[in-house]
Amino acid sequence: MIDTNIAVKRTEAPISMLPALATVRRVIWETDDTYTLLIDPPRANGRSFAFSAGQFNMVYAFGTGESAISISSDPSRPNMLAHTIHRVGTVTSALSRLRRGDTIGLRGPFGTAWPIEEAVGKDVCIAAGGIGLAPLRPVIYTLLRRREEFGRIMILYGARSPLDLLYRVELEEWSKAANAEVIITVDRGDSSWKGHIGVVTGLFSYLKMDTPATLAMVCGPEVMMKYTCEELERRGLAAERIYLSMERNMKCGVGLCGHCQFGPKFICKDGPVFSLPQIKHLLDRKEI
Amino acid sequence: MNEPFRLSTEDLQHIVMSLQQKGYEVIGPRNSDGVIVYDRIHSTDDLPAGFVDEQAPGMYRLAKNGGTQFFGYTLPPQSWKRFLYLPRRELIAFDKDGKSFGVSHQKDEAKPYAFIGARPCELKAISIQDRVFSSGDYLDDGYLSARRRNFIIAVNCSHAGENCFCTSFGTGPEAESGFDIALTEIVNEEKHFFVAGAGSDSGKSLIEEIGPARAVEGDVDAAHEVIRKTSDAITKSLDIAGLPKLLSDNSDHPHWDDVAKRCLTCGNCTMVCPTCFCSTVEDATDLSGKTAKRTRIWDSCFTMDFARVSGGNFRISAKSRYRQWLTHKLSSWVEQFGVSGCVGCGRCITWCPVGIDLTAEVGAIKGGVAKQENGGS
Amino acid sequence: MKPQDLTESLHEHPFLNNMNEELLKTLTSCASNVVFNEGTYLFHEGEDAKTFYLLRSGRVVLEVRGGERGQIRIQTVGAGEVLGWSWLISPYKWHFDAFALEQVHAFAIDASCLVSKCETDCHFGYEMLRRFSEVLERRLEATRLQLLDVYGSAVGERGENY
Repeated sequence: MIDTNIAVKRTEAPISMLPALATVRRVIWETDDTYTLLIDPPRANGRSFAFSAGQFNMVYAFGTGESAISISSDPSRPNMLAHTIHRVGTVTSALSRLRRGDTIGLRGPFGTAWPIEEAVGKDVCIAAGGIGLAPLRPVIYTLLRRREEFGRIMILYGARSPLDLLYRVELEEWSKAANAEVIITVDRGDSSWKGHIGVVTGLFSYLKMDTPATLAMVCGPEVMMKYTCEELERRGLAAERIYLSMERNMKCGVGLCGHCQFGPKFICKDGPVFSLPQIKHLLDRKEI
Repeated sequence: MNEPFRLSTEDLQHIVMSLQQKGYEVIGPRNSDGVIVYDRIHSTDDLPAGFVDEQAPGMYRLAKNGGTQFFGYTLPPQSWKRFLYLPRRELIAFDKDGKSFGVSHQKDEAKPYAFIGARPCELKAISIQDRVFSSGDYLDDGYLSARRRNFIIAVNCSHAGENCFCTSFGTGPEAESGFDIALTEIVNEEKHFFVAGAGSDSGKSLIEEIGPARAVEGDVDAAHEVIRKTSDAITKSLDIAGLPKLLSDNSDHPHWDDVAKRCLTCGNCTMVCPTCFCSTVEDATDLSGKTAKRTRIWDSCFTMDFARVSGGNFRISAKSRYRQWLTHKLSSWVEQFGVSGCVGCGRCITWCPVGIDLTAEVGAIKGGVAKQENGGS
Repeated sequence: MKPQDLTESLHEHPFLNNMNEELLKTLTSCASNVVFNEGTYLFHEGEDAKTFYLLRSGRVVLEVRGGERGQIRIQTVGAGEVLGWSWLISPYKWHFDAFALEQVHAFAIDASCLVSKCETDCHFGYEMLRRFSEVLERRLEATRLQLLDVYGSAVGERGENY
């Protein structure tokens, strides 16, 4: 016998493991090992593919497998989906070999979103490291489109070297056109690099943030996020105003496979975007 | 149990036949190569009459005691999980078609299952997996399809295994819910029968269809006595008061290192656990590259790949992997699903090759903390 | 700039945040305003370190002479930050070349003047050292983080199923 609550519950719920088909429109190489797939999103029952900034898809390459990839395009343009992908393994390599007109499978969008509405009326500080800029790009598009609703927009971005910077043209545009403060730093400079050299945490001293009026969104490698959050708190930003996007191994994307657990949290459904107080106690622990 | 009935062994055989006629695949315990396994049974002749098991940390023996009792063993290594949540399930088939491909959902067309011999702790385990696979925004359609058509005949426990600690969680040795019919097996010098009660309408109508005798007061007393004796014979216990907090607060407790020295990270505990639900997927193509399949298989948080990401691995040490398993089971599970992930069946203790006993490990952590709080060293 | 104005503008530099008037005056007596044009060097590796700088605007990059690897740029220092502590530690020589990426405005603090004040006024000396240790600690932490190469993939993890 089965609990009747469960028996009748959501018999129409989505079959969460079934991918929808989408068509690759273009592959743009951002760096030597990172590329952006521009995709014609799947249409379900004539509806367009709506997503929120911060969410991710499970992207499937035929026969090779799936990878959890954040959406890096503009949520207000749901007809053109972008995924910026670091080529590191078999799935991300298979996806990198796709050409215009090829088909991929998509499941999603999954996960929590960046708190854009909460940021209305506030200064927004975006701190990204490496590929961590990709899940924040939808936020930047949104903030700039609704520019007058926000105070200062500060974008701090750290990468390994000048050649590893993503979205170089856009970074230039954002800093020039839209009344945003963009500060870029790299771990290793070269003689042609005129920007900052050093870690992202070192950039806050140039900002003179009005911390009570600021909300921060942070995404990057876990070490970078940990130190960035510490620095933000040290500068007086309340933990409740700091958000970060976490990464873990994901197989299902919907909280059923158990892989992405971070303490009691499932990164795929309770995250990936968390406020700092939700997970602060876990960030300091080893191998959680 | 309201309206208790008295079922003879022949009545039980009629129940098996009736379930088969109704289209159920009847699954029950069998002796297979010296181990009890849940498998297809054709009649009550397949039940492991006269077999009893002996269990201890890292030890399992099945022996014939010459008796006639069908359900005289305690628990087999594998639970009913393998029928509801398949160890391997093909999820999706993909067919290449030029630049595109087709996607088809692999529907689970298995016959409905009737389980005979589910133990009370196992019923609880099933109800826990019901929550896991249906409480979120997404559900596991294969699992729920099997569960919706599932018929369960529970058998209350007449023997306590050395590794049983269901009484700590209140999940046994008597079934209270989650069954269609519950039986208590009674074997004495002159008689072998079952005191039966229905737990659902379909259970009730099946009993009515068989038409057994009403149980008399003495039968019911005998059933209570069986359960009482079993309960009294359970020696292992786990102090569950404050357990979730104890574990989440003590992720750095030195005792984890001690367990890690013994743990082989083989993952046996996760494979035999009736609630463990972690899975991974495998993608493969045929040789022509035209068709691809996506298969879900059971996974274990003890494998090195479990927490691997493109940039590294979140849980490399054996310590972190054992801790993840135990802390999830007894602590974070409560936050995730509102219930503990442990039912006290003791399988993880029996089937651990080095006999790690979670009740002892928790005890050591609790003891260490208590010592510290009392200012001891 | 008059000493009074210099004291006031020094006061605004984050390094001297909340420093009391008296100590600030002592420091002012060793300070001067300097400007470096874009593309010039503030100091070179191996030279005597006689000064340190509190940067007010512009950016300086620290370079190591890397032999066959050319000039290796290891860190930039900008407005509100401190540049240089070789004056404080034997053998009092600069370890890097400091190159102005932009026009730089800074307060230059004369080291021998400062050291003598520190030695005669222990309270002042302690205050300066306390502030310098904080800068050193933060710079060391940042350098360690930089060493972690957090944006690179962990060694041996490539080729997995992602």
